Amino acid sequence: MFEIGLAHYLIVAAILFTLGVVGIFLNRKNVIIIMMSIELILLAVNLNLVAFSSALHDLVGQVLAMFVLTVAAAEAAIGLAIIVVFFRSRGTIAVEDISQLKG
Amino acid sequence: MSTALIFYLFAGLTVASGVMVVSARNPVHSVLWLILCFFNTAGLFLLLGAEFLAMVLVIVYVGAVAVLFLFVVMMLDVNLAELRAGFLHYLPLGGLVGAVLLGELVAVAFAWSPGKMASSLTRAPMPDLAQVSNTQALGRLLYTDYVYLFQAAGLILLVAMIGAILLTHRRREGVRRQRIADQVARDASSVELRKVPSGRGV
Amino acid sequence: MIVIATVFLPLLGAAIAGLFGRVIGARGAQIVTCGLLVASAVLAAQVFQRVAIDGVPETVLLANWIQSGTLSLDWALKVDTLTAVMLVVVTWVSAAVHLYSIGYMAHDRSIPRFQSYLSLFTFAMLMLVTADNLVQMFFGWEGVGLASYLLIGFWYEKPSASAAAIKAFIVNRIGDFGFLLGIFGLFLLFGTLSLEAIFAAAPAKVGVTVSLFGARIEVITLCCLLLFVGAMGKSAQLGLHTWLPDAMEGPTPVSALIHAATMVTAGVFLVARMSPLFELSDAALATVAVVGAATALFAATVGCVQNDIKRIIAYSTCSQLGYMFFALGVSAYQAAIFHLMTHAFFKALLFLAAGSVIHAMSDEQDIRRMGGIWKHVKVTWALMWIGSLALAGLPFFAGYYSKDVILEAAWSAGTPVGQIAFWVGLIAAVLTAFYSWRLLLLVFHGRPRADEQVMAHVHESPAVMIVPLLFLGAGAMFAGVIGYDWFVGAQSHEFWGRALLVLDVHPALDLIHHVPGWVALAPTVAAAIGIAVAYLFYVFVPGLPAALAGRLPGLHRFLLNKWYFDELYDLMVVRPAFRLGRGLWKGGDVALIDGLGPDGVAATSVRVGRGVAAAETGSLPLYAFVMLVGVAAFVTFYLLFVR
Repeated sequence: MFEIGLAHYLIVAAILFTLGVVGIFLNRKNVIIIMMSIELILLAVNLNLVAFSSALHDLVGQVLAMFVLTVAAAEAAIGLAIIVVFFRSRGTIAVEDISQLKG
Repeated sequence: MSTALIFYLFAGLTVASGVMVVSARNPVHSVLWLILCFFNTAGLFLLLGAEFLAMVLVIVYVGAVAVLFLFVVMMLDVNLAELRAGFLHYLPLGGLVGAVLLGELVAVAFAWSPGKMASSLTRAPMPDLAQVSNTQALGRLLYTDYVYLFQAAGLILLVAMIGAILLTHRRREGVRRQRIADQVARDASSVELRKVPSGRGV
Repeated sequence: MIVIATVFLPLLGAAIAGLFGRVIGARGAQIVTCGLLVASAVLAAQVFQRVAIDGVPETVLLANWIQSGTLSLDWALKVDTLTAVMLVVVTWVSAAVHLYSIGYMAHDRSIPRFQSYLSLFTFAMLMLVTADNLVQMFFGWEGVGLASYLLIGFWYEKPSASAAAIKAFIVNRIGDFGFLLGIFGLFLLFGTLSLEAIFAAAPAKVGVTVSLFGARIEVITLCCLLLFVGAMGKSAQLGLHTWLPDAMEGPTPVSALIHAATMVTAGVFLVARMSPLFELSDAALATVAVVGAATALFAATVGCVQNDIKRIIAYSTCSQLGYMFFALGVSAYQAAIFHLMTHAFFKALLFLAAGSVIHAMSDEQDIRRMGGIWKHVKVTWALMWIGSLALAGLPFFAGYYSKDVILEAAWSAGTPVGQIAFWVGLIAAVLTAFYSWRLLLLVFHGRPRADEQVMAHVHESPAVMIVPLLFLGAGAMFAGVIGYDWFVGAQSHEFWGRALLVLDVHPALDLIHHVPGWVALAPTVAAAIGIAVAYLFYVFVPGLPAALAGRLPGLHRFLLNKWYFDELYDLMVVRPAFRLGRGLWKGGDVALIDGLGPDGVAATSVRVGRGVAAAETGSLPLYAFVMLVGVAAFVTFYLLFVR
């Protein structure tokens, strides 16, 4: 309990991950919340990587976390650009209204 | 003991702000809670000894990505009235599945132990912190063994930048732009010097 | 070689006119087909001289056809006296009709096609009569049926002509079905279809019976009856006769060639050819005789009230065929063939002369609208009188000899069937004379009933149409006298040789010279009565026919509507067939096969697709949720079952 080991960090990461995943489909109002939930998921992954890197004394985890960070930033930018364009043409970003894929 | 306290502080705030991100009513509030989450995670990173990464998290993630989120949230004219319709409807089922997932992840976390060969498989052993700082160690690794990936990451960012501009760029009518080609093609005959006496017109 | 040329020259003519008609033009087609057919007729005369008169029958082997298991068939041309007689009849009448058609069809649009079909028909008929085995005969049989269909429906844009052609073909088909069953039966019995072999082996199978629908029937009788069904179809005997009157939709030369002289006589030829077989079965012979007699009477009664000139002559043909069949039925095969030959001449003459009349009356065919034209068409009038005299069987003309022999043979047969046939034939003779003179008087004599424009156009036919008529007229006058000795007289045994077999138990033909005097005179008297009644009705008391029809309206209508056979068949056969077809189409094909097959599969695909598409809600959160559930399931599975 007081001796902080690897498992503690992993559990925190797991909780963040689950929160992000649940947040994707629980929110009905705003697409940007989905983007933020994705950021939470990526954050949880990063935490996982760094925790293992520290436990195994291997720097590769941190290098990988750096790259994940980079890609997450790029993806956030593109995703937001898409949302902006979508909003321009549709006039709404409520999740229910994004149903063009309806077959 | 103090480590544990700080850990629980950071961890608790992270989880709390994560919950608030997904359940805040106002999207601007969601973004702010996200920023808080990032800060606390940076603190956790510091506890783990990855100081460079913690700073990068603050500078890049908070300073750039979260601000970007804020920009977009405030730019899009979102009607706050149509809110959490259906949120509670899906909560039981989604919560159940989420809980199941969480339970499994936790079970794995507790059951993990390093493999027999793990120590001999270390790709980049962490040097002694007294001699080489974390930043220096990362730099040594990044620009030598992973330089290609580093350049690739730069390319990804370039592409993302171009993509974002291209997606949101729009032409407006009536906006005067520079026509570089015409400007460069101008020669001496496009300008004429006239001596005009004062008080008279051209 | 001559035989081969005789049979195949018409085919060559048909091919040239048919395939190259556009190249050589109408005139070229006419010249080619007529020329080849006249050549064939000359060669046929030569064959007749050698085979029949000199008594040298032959069989010319052409090629091997089928070699399959125990079935071995050759293409071979068998020429004996019977064949030689038929060759002459077919080629001479066909040549006359070809020449006549040059004039009659001069204004038609498709002359090469017509000439080609005529020659094709002639070839098929020649193949039929020279067949050495039953399958080759069936080939010729079907060939003439095909040619008949093509020629009846020659003016195919007329719906009635097309319908008549199909009716002829289908009714023939029913007969052909019987024929085929007979062929199958004979093959089962004898293991071969060669005529010679069957005839040789036939006496051994007398008395062999088979069980059919619970009754025992002799196999030879069964096969003979089945073959006779085929003959009934082709020769328009009672029951399968309905196509013959409708076949008058075709051009008149077609009626003359096919439905007077040649195709309809194929049935008579078949029974005569199979005489060795028929002789062994008294039951079959009796059936043939009864059907023949019934047909003779039936057709004569209907012919008395018809108003279309060609239909009267068509029913006359039907009636005379009945005569030929009951002659066959009393084992007087020679007499039947004799009558076939004389009938070919005078019936073709009558048809072609009728065509000449129609041509003269600007395509009018209803005799109620003719009359009083004998002065304008003297040659046609004279020739029609000759033909009618021959038909009625007045002395010296061809029909007298052949018809008298038939009736005498019926009397001499001594069997009850023969007696019935005799009296029926006599009554039919009265009626024959009556309707023939009714036709003559109404068409040529009396006051003109046509309007002035038609009467102004009445003209004699051109020479190219008259010459064949003259030729046939000569035959109608002299063929009887010339042929009497050979066919049924003193020289008949050497003449026929082995072509026709008559057993000693059927002595009808030999006894004709011993009949009582009144029997010999009876046909002539009957004809005289008929002619007298006709004069009474149409010259002396012109109001009598109408009054009689008024007193007996039911009878008149019954006869006018051909004893309601067509209506009966329509009710019994045609409508159920249509209903069955429609039921199978709607219920079977569309509902069942299409429903389960293409349509069903397509509809199911659409339904399943629509059902699957319902899963595409387009709702992102739902997709994400499903993904999450998938991930959780996978992880659970991994944790529980793999580790």
